[in-house]
Amino acid sequence: MTAVAHTDAPVRTPLFSGSEWTFELIQSTYDEIGRIARDFGLDTYPTQLEVISAEQMMDAYASVGMPVMYHHWSYGKHFLSTQKNYQRGAMGLAYEIVINSNPCIAYLMEENTMTMQALVIAHASFGHNSFFKGNYLFRTWTEADAIIDYLVFAKKYIADCEARYGEEEVEELLDSCHALMNYGVDRYKRPQKLSLAQERARQAEREEYLQSQVNTLWRTIPTMQSELEASSSPQRFPDEPQENLLYFIEKFAPLLEPWQREIVRIVRKVAQYFYPQRQTQVMNEGWATFWHYTLLNKLYDDGKLTDSSMFEFLHSHTSVVTQPGVDSPYFNGINPYALGFAMYRDIQRICQEPTDEDKQWFPELAGTDWRRQLDFAMRNFKDESFIAQYLSPKLIRDFRFFAILDDDEQSRLKVSAIHDDAGYAEIRRKLAEQYNLAAREPNIQVFDVNVRGDRTLTLRHTQHQRRPLANSVHEVLKHVARLWGFTVKLESVDDQGRVILCYECRLEKRHGQ
Amino acid sequence: MFHLIDRRLNGKNKSAVNRERFLKRFKGQIKEAVARAVKDRSITDIERGEKVSIPVKDIGEPTFGHAQGGVTERVYPGNKEYLRGDEFERPQGGGGGGGGGGSGDGGDGQDEFVFTLSKEEFLSYFFDDLELPNLIKTQLAQTTTFKPMRAGFTSDGTPTNIHVLRSLRGALGRRIALSALPMDELGAAQEKLDELLESRDEHDPEIHALMQEIREHKARLARIPWIDPFDLRYSNRVRVPNPTTQAVMFCVMDVSGSMDEMKKDIAKRFFILLYLFLERAYEKIDVVFVRHHTQAFEVNEDEFFHARDTGGTVVSSALKLVKKIVLARYPTADWNIYVAQASDGDNWDSDSPHCRELLSNELLPLLQYYAYVEITEGEPQNLWYEYEQVAAQHHHFVMRRIKDAGQIWPVFRDLFKKAGLGERSAA
Repeated sequence: MTAVAHTDAPVRTPLFSGSEWTFELIQSTYDEIGRIARDFGLDTYPTQLEVISAEQMMDAYASVGMPVMYHHWSYGKHFLSTQKNYQRGAMGLAYEIVINSNPCIAYLMEENTMTMQALVIAHASFGHNSFFKGNYLFRTWTEADAIIDYLVFAKKYIADCEARYGEEEVEELLDSCHALMNYGVDRYKRPQKLSLAQERARQAEREEYLQSQVNTLWRTIPTMQSELEASSSPQRFPDEPQENLLYFIEKFAPLLEPWQREIVRIVRKVAQYFYPQRQTQVMNEGWATFWHYTLLNKLYDDGKLTDSSMFEFLHSHTSVVTQPGVDSPYFNGINPYALGFAMYRDIQRICQEPTDEDKQWFPELAGTDWRRQLDFAMRNFKDESFIAQYLSPKLIRDFRFFAILDDDEQSRLKVSAIHDDAGYAEIRRKLAEQYNLAAREPNIQVFDVNVRGDRTLTLRHTQHQRRPLANSVHEVLKHVARLWGFTVKLESVDDQGRVILCYECRLEKRHGQ
Repeated sequence: MFHLIDRRLNGKNKSAVNRERFLKRFKGQIKEAVARAVKDRSITDIERGEKVSIPVKDIGEPTFGHAQGGVTERVYPGNKEYLRGDEFERPQGGGGGGGGGGSGDGGDGQDEFVFTLSKEEFLSYFFDDLELPNLIKTQLAQTTTFKPMRAGFTSDGTPTNIHVLRSLRGALGRRIALSALPMDELGAAQEKLDELLESRDEHDPEIHALMQEIREHKARLARIPWIDPFDLRYSNRVRVPNPTTQAVMFCVMDVSGSMDEMKKDIAKRFFILLYLFLERAYEKIDVVFVRHHTQAFEVNEDEFFHARDTGGTVVSSALKLVKKIVLARYPTADWNIYVAQASDGDNWDSDSPHCRELLSNELLPLLQYYAYVEITEGEPQNLWYEYEQVAAQHHHFVMRRIKDAGQIWPVFRDLFKKAGLGERSAA
């Protein structure tokens, strides 16, 4: 693709030659990349590019990348550690932060060269942007149109609460909510649409409604005879285990004030917004990397990039997609950029130049239009299913993947599969499992509430492969108890449904008030 | 389709609030770190930022996670030698094998969370411990105080600073200078005219010409402005660092066996506080360390705080040494002399009256201020009673019995009360 014969070499009219960027250059480069992206059929949100300084990049980093965010000490912690690492030179800042919003906001750092700006534009404004717009998880779980407005609302609401109820009170509540952030999503239900106007308008209404719901549940006034009879039969609450702990607390925690419920809700909404990102790291980064690579190469082939820019680009590209082996001192898990990029390239290769092996493994891909296949893959999968569907034997060989089985009942570790004929399918399945969120995070659900008695909340942890909970469970339970207002129990249940371990955080009396 | 926005001019301190919240939350740990730093630092080197580290476990944000154990199976890249079915020992420390569990991607491996406090933050934590009144904190936290001083006149400045007398005097001078030549010529023309008028008719063309010339000269004189921007003079003021003299600070400490580490730490804070105060007031400060048991020695700071001694206590030995050093090296005309003494109150009985005499008659007349702290929880001993007599006679001798660092500052209350530190140095 880069080796061009001298005779029919295109006339080089590069978009830029030096390393300095200007607003005009960014404009023309964006237009040119956009033209190529359209030729490839990338469908994106409109883009908003923002030029920022390194300090502002650190600020953006610290508050989970969002341009607006409520205040919390943990963001201060992130800021301090970023700042320290950056100042010591231990860490370069990321080239880009891109926000899943409509318009899609991407940051360009002032210090970057023009080539890097082009790379970031291709990577963020076209790669990530089209992924946000196309992938089913993002379409289901996030509202790109509303997120910024919602965060503005959330920030103001929380600031108001701080003014009214005191910073510490709000901070404690946020700490507790953050501890449960990963348990704030209904995995199998389509969430409601977010809208700022609705949020505002309905907030008061909802407060009232929620409180009345809670009151009904905890009503102690004698009920009508018929109801009494109905409730005298052993009945459990909730009817079925609930996986969305934050939602459950927001709806049913007996002692929360309306404003506290609203804050729980805010944290839950933010968690939900990030839920797809946690499940599409490989796909998302791989997609963006694939497209910056493809777009910039096309740009070069069209004679719009100088040789030196191309070298600079390739230099950063290769460092992004490096995968050190497990025995390397630089090994730090599987690099999602490397794996994702390699997989999309591989799909492209299988479509264009399938080998016999590929025809056997991927008959539906071999020889078809790679653009259509890639688009399909991007839209309809998450990391787990993407790997289960598309990881080819060739890639397993290239990465020299192998699986290690660690069973605490065996004294030794065992290599359970390597990159050979017998192992391809197994490795693929195991690697996919590794990206399965349900397996990565402990499965904890609301199991029971002692409605008529001491109001104890019982959570249930269903063990996966006999894996125990980390020690942090004690701390987290304290947070749950703070939200719930009464004693909280957590039972670990093994594969057979037997309770094998029980944690408890007792809260006898409600303090204060 | 596409917007390009330059955000660089937007504020960059978006995280300031979050940072402050973080510091507030971990105030306890930060204070400890500051206290440790104070211990390790030299007295003259207190005004610097500091690296603070907090155990990672304290600042963690707990979430549910898996611990090691059970069955885990993980896929790794970069197989070199393994075949299916190979077995090997579990590596210690969970490096490669267990993979550290699914608890996430946080700052693994590090035990300490390290960050840097700015100089101002460091001082404010330091003061916090000493329970200084706010006014004093601000007084100490300012770097240099400047005093505006008259420094002649300049030709430009703000209208409020116009010096009327100077300006008008300048204008007058200019007017005189500029009108000199036209006046001479006018006078000459006038004389000539008078002469001609005696002999000629007033319609004579020559007379006409002369009168025309006279008119021109007069017009020229009238054109000289009464005051011109060029004349304006402004009072000039420069900011002079205030005050600009030198001081010497004697740190005197009892290092007999009864002074333990804790007491020495309090003593150190006492010395630091005096040093910080002096630093505001004087441009150059010498610090002299005198330690004593039965004998007194001049030592360097490290020895002062860290060397161990045993034996009895003779306070007068230190006072004598201070006096000797003052006489030899710090003539009172050139130096402002401060002494800070820390002790646990022990002294040989017969020595205490001697100390009183030494102080009252020989040492105090040489000094600006003498601050004495007795770090003890026991009953006062004879030294304290003798010193009380001194304090009654001399207002620049201050003494205080303290149990912890929070009680130090009243010793310096008088010192800090003098808002105009400059006057003191001029005294």
